[in-house]
Amino acid sequence: MANGSPLLSVRHVSKDFYGNTVLHDVSFDLHEGEILGLVGENGAGKTTLMRILFGMPVIAETGGFGGQIIIDGQEAHFSSPFDALDAGIGMVHQEFSLIPGFTTTENIVLNRESMRPSLLNDVFGDRMSILQRDLMRQRAVTAIGKLGVELDPDMLVSEMPVGHKQFTEIAREIDREHTRILVLDEPTAVLTESEAQVLLATLKRLASEGIAIIFISHRLQEVLDIADRIVVLRDGHVVKDTKNEGVSLRDVASWMVGRSLGDAGAREASRALSEIAFKVRNLWVDMPGETVRDVSFEVHKGEIFGIGGLAGQGKLGIPNGIMGLFPAGGEVELHGRQVPLNAPAKALAMGMAFVSEDRRGVGLLLDESLEWNIAFTAMQVHGQYLKKIAGGLFTQRDEKAMEELCQEYIELLDIKCTGTKQKAKELSGGNQQKVCLAKAFAMKPDLLFVSEPTRGIDVGAKKLVLDTLHRYNREYGTTIVMVSSELEELRSICDRIAIVDEGRIAGILPPTADISEFGLLMSGARAEEAVNA
Amino acid sequence: MRDLKTFIQDFGWPRIIIFLFLVFLFIMAPFVGVRLDASISDVLNRFGQYAILVLAMVPMIQSGCGLNFGLALGIVAGLLGATLSLQFELRGFLGFFGAIALASPFAVLFGWLYGKLLNKVKGEEMTIAMYIGFSFIMFMCIMWLILPYNNPTMIWGYAGKGLRTTITVEGYWLKILNNFLAIKIGQFFVFPTGLILFVGLCAFLMWVFLRSRTGTAMTAVGSNPDFARASGVDVDHMRTISVIISTFLGAVGIIVYQQSFGFIQLYTAPGPMVFPAVAAILIGGASINKASMVNVIVGTFLFQGLLTMTPSVINSVLQTDMSEVIRIIVSNGMILYALTRKIKVSK
Repeated sequence: MANGSPLLSVRHVSKDFYGNTVLHDVSFDLHEGEILGLVGENGAGKTTLMRILFGMPVIAETGGFGGQIIIDGQEAHFSSPFDALDAGIGMVHQEFSLIPGFTTTENIVLNRESMRPSLLNDVFGDRMSILQRDLMRQRAVTAIGKLGVELDPDMLVSEMPVGHKQFTEIAREIDREHTRILVLDEPTAVLTESEAQVLLATLKRLASEGIAIIFISHRLQEVLDIADRIVVLRDGHVVKDTKNEGVSLRDVASWMVGRSLGDAGAREASRALSEIAFKVRNLWVDMPGETVRDVSFEVHKGEIFGIGGLAGQGKLGIPNGIMGLFPAGGEVELHGRQVPLNAPAKALAMGMAFVSEDRRGVGLLLDESLEWNIAFTAMQVHGQYLKKIAGGLFTQRDEKAMEELCQEYIELLDIKCTGTKQKAKELSGGNQQKVCLAKAFAMKPDLLFVSEPTRGIDVGAKKLVLDTLHRYNREYGTTIVMVSSELEELRSICDRIAIVDEGRIAGILPPTADISEFGLLMSGARAEEAVNA
Repeated sequence: MRDLKTFIQDFGWPRIIIFLFLVFLFIMAPFVGVRLDASISDVLNRFGQYAILVLAMVPMIQSGCGLNFGLALGIVAGLLGATLSLQFELRGFLGFFGAIALASPFAVLFGWLYGKLLNKVKGEEMTIAMYIGFSFIMFMCIMWLILPYNNPTMIWGYAGKGLRTTITVEGYWLKILNNFLAIKIGQFFVFPTGLILFVGLCAFLMWVFLRSRTGTAMTAVGSNPDFARASGVDVDHMRTISVIISTFLGAVGIIVYQQSFGFIQLYTAPGPMVFPAVAAILIGGASINKASMVNVIVGTFLFQGLLTMTPSVINSVLQTDMSEVIRIIVSNGMILYALTRKIKVSK
């Protein structure tokens, strides 16, 4: 299939957002009729790459990109998605962009309707043309026919099952006369297994008709099933560009997550921790986008327990649910005492603290001083930093004690600020994160939940935050449960790591386990398979 | 120079312009035949009359419920307290504090229900509050007629039942605060010591409250409810408390207003009391989720000063009576200005 000159050629593309490099010298070719599987972890740069390819305005707004996109031997300059459409690139997004109240046909031909001029055209222009419904329907049927699936052209989108919506989206892209490249971003994420199979068959069929397809998915098995070639992105680099011949699931998984940091030797020998401090049984949490279905695990006293997994699989729901921020059920025990769910105050009073992944939304009082931010929770939960007036009749904030506390943590965590009275919103992301940690430390917790502690902060600050957690764990014996999307981060400080997939724990591995095993757990393989593979 | 700049930035241009305009009016006054000492006395008096109603805005702003457009509920509670005090023939300080005491249970009950309702409409508090105020005033119009009051000073002479639209408090507790330790200088100037002291006391108590554990929690709820919840604060509970305090202060505020003004005004009278209070705190520099005692004092002083001085000076210049028209234009214009001003809330 890969004969002649490539249809699309990405040459040395790089892109940074405000100094944060997300794509680094990415190059690959795409030939006519070829299916290219693009895989990578969250944040590897897939989405950014597709945005560049599709000429999304956000790219130009943030300073454009380096390198070239070559289509049919000519360099393309897309200033908007319309240019990309004209050049024959169709895109099916992760979220549906369909109009629920329109029929399949109307959605497929939207904005490209077949029209017949009417009298009013002379006065009002094209907007007054009359729709040719029969022709539109015919076009829709043709496009659906190409897909080889059963779709009712007159059905309202709002009444369709999810799978049909996905096919409608694809049909819309195909209906464009000269669509030659089709980009699908996680098209199977919302489909059931059988629907996904139909979709994959459809894609193969389209490819055989000469359409080149870029297929993005984190279900590695699907990629292996249909791709002719596999490109693996990791941290903005193309780490592998190979033909899909003799490639195993395990290979792809390890390319995807593997990093050669070489710090495995620096890691301490596994510690002997036996006393169970914290037990979770059959936990469910109704957190939008991060649903936890049935999670059970145990954490030893003094341990750093990692929870990893891909975005949307439910790892964030675990701490949020236990701390009472989202509706939850199940059994949670701390030192043998039942933790009441759905009651943040009680969870905090039991000696648990939580550093939220939503730093600006939940973690901080942006409009208040650092003193407030750090002392507030301890004040409300433990009644600290208050002084009694009139013999305990009522209390007042002890601003002096708050300032001392704040000063202590500014020095301890090296928070860069102008003083304890500075407002939290004026700090940089990394320093804000340190304030969030200080807030949790000020609670003197038995068990500390840390959720995505390094999200959105730079490399230096990342290291500092991780070191702080590590030190705190060793010095005070605080049990830490750390949730993170960054596997390498978990492996660097955790004693054990649980991987969450589809709201369940797929398996618990030691940090020394082979990276491919982590990759397998993340991609939906069951624990036994991972062990046997 | 830099100090001046930061001062202007902190204090805000609008306040400086209004302040300068007020100074200009005071300078103009003697030239158009308005007595300066009487004017100052007037401004102080009106400041005292309205300050507690403005103070009533603070707790709800701090807890993130927005401006209390439903202050009428508190005012009605105050009216109930005042009329009951008259009904029981309470006089002097007993009458005044009796009115507050009798108003309290109503204020707490109304505030509690009002707070429950506002917790169900988060994000739309201000609009909903305004309609709660309107409809409650109308409901009370019926109640004033049918409640079994029978003190002859309060009821309609011809029917023998139903409360009058305006009831004098003369002979009960007229100017009880104003005249307490009042300092009289010359014929026209009176410093209402008792009134100002009472306002000061209320503001101080509010300041103390906001520095307590509950007050701190309330401020955090207004600043970021998600943060407060994650810190174990019961957000709805805090909001309800703030609404109750706000409603209670509304009741106290209207009783203070009545003792100075001399009349209890019933029926639709509570309606127009709300907007000046909202306008004053906004002029004072409060945003819709942050307010301080300074905002209350500066705002009430500027707003009432302007409302006192503009009509009297301009009427004298134009030789016609337009005071009410100017008052309405100024007060609503200020609300409009204050609400359209970009209110930054960090998220």
